[in-house]
Amino acid sequence: MNAHDTRNNPEPLVDADLAADHGLSPDEYQKVLDLIGRTPSFTELGIFSAMWNEHCSYKSSKKWLKTLPTTGKRVVLGPGENAGVVDIDDGQVVVFKMESHNHPSFIEPYQGAATGIGGILRDVFTMGARPIAAMNALRFGAVDHPKTRHLVAGVVAGIGGYGNSFGVPNVGGEVNFHKRYNGNILVNAFAAGLADADKIFLSKPTGVGLPVVYLGAKTGRDGIHGATMASAEFDDSIEEKRPTVQVGDPFTEKCLLEACMELMASGAVIAIQDMGAAGLTCSAVEMGAKGNLGIRLDLDNVPCREDAMTAYEMMLSESQERMLMVLDPTLENQARAIFEKWDLDFAIVGETTDDLRFRVFRDGVEVADLPIKDLGDEAPEYDRPWTMPVPRPALEHNDFADTDIAASLLTLIGSPDLASRRWVWEQYDHLIQGNTIVRPGSDAAIVRIAGHEKKALAFSSDVTPRYCDADPFEGGKQAVAECWRNLTASGATPLAITDNLNFGNPEKPEIMGTFVRAIQGIGEACKILDFPVVSGNVSLYNETNNEAILPTPTIAGVGLISDLRKIVPSGFTNISDIVLLVGAPDTWGTHLGQSLYLREIHSREDGPPPPVDLEQEKQAGDLVRSLIADGLVNAVHDCSDGGLGVTLAEMAIQSGIGAAITPPQTLSPVAAFFGEDQGRYVMTARLEDRAELWDRCEKAGVAIEEIGSTIAGELKLGNADAIFVKELQERHEAWFPQFMNM
Amino acid sequence: MKTAILVFPGTNRERDAADAIESVSGIKPVIVWHQETEIPDVDLIILPGGFSFGDYLRVGAIAARSPIIDALHRKADTGVTVLGICNGFQILTETGLLPGSLIRNRDLDFICRDINLRVVNNSTRFSQSYALDQIIRFPVAHHDGNYFADAETLRMVEDNDQVVFRYCDPAGEINATGNPNGSVNNIAGMTNKAGNVMGLMPHPENLIDQLLGGIDGRALFESLLGRAA
Repeated sequence: MNAHDTRNNPEPLVDADLAADHGLSPDEYQKVLDLIGRTPSFTELGIFSAMWNEHCSYKSSKKWLKTLPTTGKRVVLGPGENAGVVDIDDGQVVVFKMESHNHPSFIEPYQGAATGIGGILRDVFTMGARPIAAMNALRFGAVDHPKTRHLVAGVVAGIGGYGNSFGVPNVGGEVNFHKRYNGNILVNAFAAGLADADKIFLSKPTGVGLPVVYLGAKTGRDGIHGATMASAEFDDSIEEKRPTVQVGDPFTEKCLLEACMELMASGAVIAIQDMGAAGLTCSAVEMGAKGNLGIRLDLDNVPCREDAMTAYEMMLSESQERMLMVLDPTLENQARAIFEKWDLDFAIVGETTDDLRFRVFRDGVEVADLPIKDLGDEAPEYDRPWTMPVPRPALEHNDFADTDIAASLLTLIGSPDLASRRWVWEQYDHLIQGNTIVRPGSDAAIVRIAGHEKKALAFSSDVTPRYCDADPFEGGKQAVAECWRNLTASGATPLAITDNLNFGNPEKPEIMGTFVRAIQGIGEACKILDFPVVSGNVSLYNETNNEAILPTPTIAGVGLISDLRKIVPSGFTNISDIVLLVGAPDTWGTHLGQSLYLREIHSREDGPPPPVDLEQEKQAGDLVRSLIADGLVNAVHDCSDGGLGVTLAEMAIQSGIGAAITPPQTLSPVAAFFGEDQGRYVMTARLEDRAELWDRCEKAGVAIEEIGSTIAGELKLGNADAIFVKELQERHEAWFPQFMNM
Repeated sequence: MKTAILVFPGTNRERDAADAIESVSGIKPVIVWHQETEIPDVDLIILPGGFSFGDYLRVGAIAARSPIIDALHRKADTGVTVLGICNGFQILTETGLLPGSLIRNRDLDFICRDINLRVVNNSTRFSQSYALDQIIRFPVAHHDGNYFADAETLRMVEDNDQVVFRYCDPAGEINATGNPNGSVNNIAGMTNKAGNVMGLMPHPENLIDQLLGGIDGRALFESLLGRAA
């Protein structure tokens, strides 16, 4: 019986209305009809909806993603596989990616966030890399919104609940609040793993008639249409979408990791792919299409958690902790024994074929027979209309009252976006595996490579959404530059990034315009800073009731530290060191547009963001890295949110040591201390190294200015009252626990 | 010193423990899977941290019914040194090798941070390289580290000097401020009556290297090696 013969088939009849319910536009449905030359079966319609939704097909973003630089001398594998692969010397590679789980996390914060972690960890270990670090970039609504605390508590508990049990150190990330996320929070999860360069596993199989094996947890009815849900805007009916959220089981994931590592070592794996969005459908189609092979699946052999699941449900389930593998049949017994040891399912559910068809059987009935390559290759691709974002006018000079520097700093350092995130990261196991050299709360987290005394990796996740909203192009540049700067300040050589692009509805030209311009900014920064994109994820339709989130292209970067003993902390280290401001052309701050000072002190969110001079950025960063390597500086911290004043406060908070800073009398102290001019670092050095530092900066063409010296116990900014470091620490630590315990 | 590390599904700090043992003793431990029924001839058996069987049902409860546990009892009864860290401590209380139990943290959250401990008994084989009343810093990483025992059990534990480490504040005071999880009598680590089995919630294996922020954990393993710190 054929797929389109419905005489004995209980599936509903497919028509244009049912296709529309599956998120396919009339044009897209017509394309399906043209492609297969008949009306699809119900299961086939489900497969098309899974493959052609925005989340899986990148149909609105592909055109622009292709413009990003994805190659470099250390890039082993760029976008296209489960995660990017980058060379870190000694025959080792780091495998990493960041992915969003925004929509499910808003509907069900604990499970949504937990399965986001689970998914990204699987992307990494599917490739044969054991996860060694995780980060999370989280964005929540306004702190006074009634749902915010509930969402923060649920997301943090979900991330901790999954990652802690799985056993990966959660070493960094971001947490921000803004009212534009009230109806649509962002949960962007990053994971990195370590592998030998010659032991990377891919999803591309070779060979006909080979067994296709289902591994891991059983298939249930959870997460059906999850990817389709993630490809639509929210409205007030979102509570009804709770059943589309998957449920995570970190224990099974941990067992799956160990079983996969043993399986890969056994030599039985020809190709392997995790089941993520659109589950069995996406994994099987991708494997077949990549290998130029057909795939035949017999769903009767799929391990199910629930009775009487239909083909449609099985093909669209997003049950977690599952993998699909093409097996070397001569090693079937060894492979099966490994999964029996770990008490996980191991079921041969199909085979590779030479007909380039995706054929699915249930109860002996063929429920799908589709051209496998066309499912991916022929997916719609749109060149969506977009409009150029309108630049924000520059701030009028002096149109806001100057405020007391010390009082403003105390307010800023305890404000929601700058206060300590200790409450969050103390709920994450950030020490497991015993390699965490720099813990959360610094510029970049640093994780030692096990088995190497000196080698380590640095990780940082960055984006400033309010900059992106005001100017997506500069905001895109800034996100990449700040990530690069954070890695640099930690002493690492930046290697590559993964991008997680969170935007609103791309069918609106002004939203598409922010997306296009942000990508152009990211691309330019990646090119000039030699910081390629090796993996990523796009999350569109982040809107509720027509209000879009702030454009949020999260950039997560990885850097390599070749000698751990040379790194310096981000906090002050000694009393009586000289304090230096290095980098920007105008060393003291000038730019207050989009600053946190304006927002937190004057409740204003206007002006353009600070521009990033990428050439100057590169010169300054390369110099800073060499100064760290040569032992000429003993603390380095980059200037970002909140400007120089907040940078100095953070350096004091880290160590308990203070500083006395003297700006020139001619400058506005507000701009000097709270301007968010880019490309700057604060560092400290011994007085006796002064001449050499000036010499090095001059040779590199990088500005340097001595702005003060470190002192005991208090921070004194110009003529403002001195602030006790202890008070800064208390303000910094107080906000989050108070907020969560309100 | 020959060491065996017992691994259950969901155990996740076995590598940390193995690295610490290798770093201090120079000898790689053997890994023993929970379904085995014999433990090789070793000087030390470690039950490492993690979430055995997902910590579903009750922490440590399912692991305590694994096939390997009979062998563990036999070894412990003959005086072999047994160290349970975190989930290992939880499993040891479930097997009955240690009294009391570990319940959910007082504030209900998972906690990962450095805490201070006071060495209140340095005459055990686990603590002989520490000074009595020494204040040390270990990290904790647990959701269920709140030690609890009924009054009678607690009196016996205290009367027998079975408590080795107590949570304290940075000044060394044993008080509520320094107690991260609500453990009764600030108990962080304790032995059985015979003194050959210890359970502790903090992770000495994660603080044995100056690069990682401290070496206070090292002396525990050196104690077991019989070396002076």
